[in-house]
Amino acid sequence: MIEWFTTVQVVVAVAAGLLCVVLGLTGRKPSDLTMGATALVELLLVVQLIVAIAAPAFGNEARGSVLEFYIYLISAVLLPVAGGFWALIERTRWSTVVLGAICLAVAVMVYRMNVIWFVQGA
Amino acid sequence: MADDTLALASKTRSRGIGRALIAVYGILALAATGRSVYEIIAKFDQAPLAYTLSAVAAVVYIVATVALIAPGPLWHRVALITISFELVGVVTVGTLSLFLPELFAKASVWSWYGMGYLFIPLVLPVLGLLWLRRTK
Repeated sequence: MIEWFTTVQVVVAVAAGLLCVVLGLTGRKPSDLTMGATALVELLLVVQLIVAIAAPAFGNEARGSVLEFYIYLISAVLLPVAGGFWALIERTRWSTVVLGAICLAVAVMVYRMNVIWFVQGA
Repeated sequence: MADDTLALASKTRSRGIGRALIAVYGILALAATGRSVYEIIAKFDQAPLAYTLSAVAAVVYIVATVALIAPGPLWHRVALITISFELVGVVTVGTLSLFLPELFAKASVWSWYGMGYLFIPLVLPVLGLLWLRRTK
């Protein structure tokens, strides 16, 4: 993991999550804005996956459990995709809230991955 | 929305909130399952009781999620049973972890009333039971 990239990722995921929850609760159906924000969260997760695979080759190894790290990362990568399909099928404001809940869950999971990589076992 | 009758509006709203509830249940089921798989593979012998509980909790969350999605009175009852079990579980394990911390050398999903999961495991079953009552 790269520390500054992870920080950016958590900030983006929290911002996207709050945006979707607020817009959802004010009655907006999934839009280009909320779907785009979720897609951005997913894009950063894919980049994170590539970084995590490549990092050990550059001497950047996880201090904590690699197994636990990847369970979090793979789960996180799946979430926005599931939420995105849901939002395409069911076009109600609650799908927007679901997108937000997923982005916030991703933020927590990335934070947890950060702890596993940099702190756990140190 | 303004053109809908009041009854219809409240009906669709409750169904809608239910969708958000199901999504959060799904996320929690995924989180609990991931955690449990890791604990059992990597360190089951360190705290068998806590990790067995994590596995049980994970299965219950999965069944509850499915039961909330599936239609019909039977699934309604399954949802009622699993969600009640969660509430009893989180209160019991939460209290035990406060007074008998040695039983839970390592934290489970329900330790300290689900504090490690932002107390979502404590709040969710209450919301779930309220929603089940509304949709009966």
